[in-house]
Amino acid sequence: MLEIKNLHARVDGQQILQGIDISIKAGEVHAIMGPNGSGKSTLAFVLAGREGYEITQGEVLFEGRNLAEMKPEERAREGIFLAFQYPVEIPGVSGMNFLKSALNVTRKYRGLSELDAIEFLKLAREKLKLLGMDEKLIQRAVNVGFSGGEKKRSEVFQMAVLEPKLAVLDETDSGLDIDALKIVANGINTLRNPDRAMLIITHYQRLLNYVIPDKVHVLAEGRIVRSGGKELALELEDKGYAMLDSADANAAA
Amino acid sequence: MTTEQTPGAPYLAQFAQVKAKLPGRRLSWLKDLRQGAIERFVSLGFPTLKIEEWKYTSLSPLTKTVFGPASQEANGRAEEGLRRFLLGEQPCHRLVFVNGRHRPDLSHVGSLPAGVTITSLAAMLEAEPELLEPHFGGEDQSDGQALVALNTAFMADGAVVKLAQGAALEAPVHLIFLATTQGGPAAHHPRNLILAEPGSSAAIFESYGGVGTESYWTNVVTQVKAGRNAAIRHYKLQCEGAEAFHIAITQADLESGSSYTSFVMSMGGRLSRNEIAARLNGTGVDCRLNGVYLARDRQHMDTSTRIEHAKPGGLSREVYKGVIDGEAHAVFHGKIVVCPDAQKTDAHQLNENLLLSERARIDTKPELEIHADDVKCSHGANAGELDSEALFYLRTRGLEEERARSLLIEAFVAEMIDGVETEAVRSNLRKFVSSWLPTVANGKGAA
Repeated sequence: MLEIKNLHARVDGQQILQGIDISIKAGEVHAIMGPNGSGKSTLAFVLAGREGYEITQGEVLFEGRNLAEMKPEERAREGIFLAFQYPVEIPGVSGMNFLKSALNVTRKYRGLSELDAIEFLKLAREKLKLLGMDEKLIQRAVNVGFSGGEKKRSEVFQMAVLEPKLAVLDETDSGLDIDALKIVANGINTLRNPDRAMLIITHYQRLLNYVIPDKVHVLAEGRIVRSGGKELALELEDKGYAMLDSADANAAA
Repeated sequence: MTTEQTPGAPYLAQFAQVKAKLPGRRLSWLKDLRQGAIERFVSLGFPTLKIEEWKYTSLSPLTKTVFGPASQEANGRAEEGLRRFLLGEQPCHRLVFVNGRHRPDLSHVGSLPAGVTITSLAAMLEAEPELLEPHFGGEDQSDGQALVALNTAFMADGAVVKLAQGAALEAPVHLIFLATTQGGPAAHHPRNLILAEPGSSAAIFESYGGVGTESYWTNVVTQVKAGRNAAIRHYKLQCEGAEAFHIAITQADLESGSSYTSFVMSMGGRLSRNEIAARLNGTGVDCRLNGVYLARDRQHMDTSTRIEHAKPGGLSREVYKGVIDGEAHAVFHGKIVVCPDAQKTDAHQLNENLLLSERARIDTKPELEIHADDVKCSHGANAGELDSEALFYLRTRGLEEERARSLLIEAFVAEMIDGVETEAVRSNLRKFVSSWLPTVANGKGAA
């Protein structure tokens, strides 16, 4: 579903990604782990199409289509969803109307009928119930007045409503206490299915106790330095990112 | 020695031609008032950039044209042009003025509580001129005094809303001024009087619009007099034709314990200026001046307010928000004067602007003039672009860039519109905001 090939990317003139190769099939959950500054969020923004994040070499194919040629909204309609590390507060824009509009443009794009306010509310309530989340998430302006945990939950809720093919979760676990983490993890597991791929970007192994990945990649200085199964996350947890230095040292030796 | 003709001179000649046809021509006090006013206009001339309060608004596009008297010939365009301004199902008392003259056939005033009069100025000058006399000809210190004088000379009609002591009017009074003239630039000089005796209350909504693309000039003066403990809500929508000039001067005289809440939305016209002068003449007055201006293309939109705290314990709050696109130029000049006697004044002013293009321009000038020592006064002004992070966030959820922009622009002004208390007016203004947006955002509003 997603092919990242030798991806190099630059932000504000600074080369951040220096050759990344990842291939994710439908139904798979991949985790990308790495220390601060390794390029994790850059990768997330490159996938979502943020302005100023420039691909300098390599390519990203989503279902065979070159992402670089697609606007952020096209990527979304094609089925890419980014859960933001820092969801943006948008005062004055009703969360419910925003999400209804988002769902309807996607449905229209996919040739489905648009939902009216009542149908949407019904769907939203079903999803909230499924995720064990509070109705408050659709009653306010987008992310306004939400705690950090509520913002993260809201991202997972949006994902549940929009039903993307590929979900990129950028540090959705950061800043959560254990109860909130469980709710978010449960949400992600609920949304896991054979047609959907997920890319979980995280600094810590903690979330991966609840969401078991098919593959783990370790990112450092803009490169994937190791890839492996779920046990790699445990190893990292055990030894810390310092183990990468010795790995590098070994590789260099 | 001959001198070059001043821009005001043609109006003196016009006045000589039309004065015998103006309403109230048999009233000697009014004749004198008009004569004095035209002389005053000619001696003052049109305001120029040299006047501090007009520093950013050049009237040269206006003074280059000589605007003749408006034709009263019916051309059937009014009915159609009126439609979008109507308040829908909600009850209201409506006076419609077409090309400056009252049109009873398009107006509708419902049953009124005792002590409430809603009528046209021309009718009042016929029926009870003695009631009007005391309200004209007072000393005028407004920044646009020359244009007030011109209005006084030529005023032919307008609305008179009179509220007797304690009268409470439930339904809003809707005043619609529509320009439909064809065949040469015409000027209208509507004059409105809102006279609220002690303890009375009402909501007044002025709407201005034009049909077609002709150039015309609305030069309107509205006087508000709020007696002790009167409560006036005063709304205005300026949605004039694309080639129109709109100069409006509102003077509000507010007595002890009264409250005056103004909301102005400007979006039409080629060059417009909305000037409000509120004088808090008594103690404990509550004065709120709020508004939104939406400018695009090459529009010039000037908002100029002056709040004068003359007596102690007054409260004033002012928030104006502007959205400026294209090569439009907006001006906000907000002056607050606190007189020596006005201790315990609490005044706050805020002007926020959203600039949507590189060539959009705002000149914002807050001005505090404080002569009392025990007061709380503050002001703020800012200008910025749309939040790029919010824009990106919306786009990652599938919304097209233009749609996302519309949502954010609408959100910027929504809190202002939401603050409009009168429901019928609020929903009417929302509709006009939506119509202004680059794309009409789907799924917004209360749905």
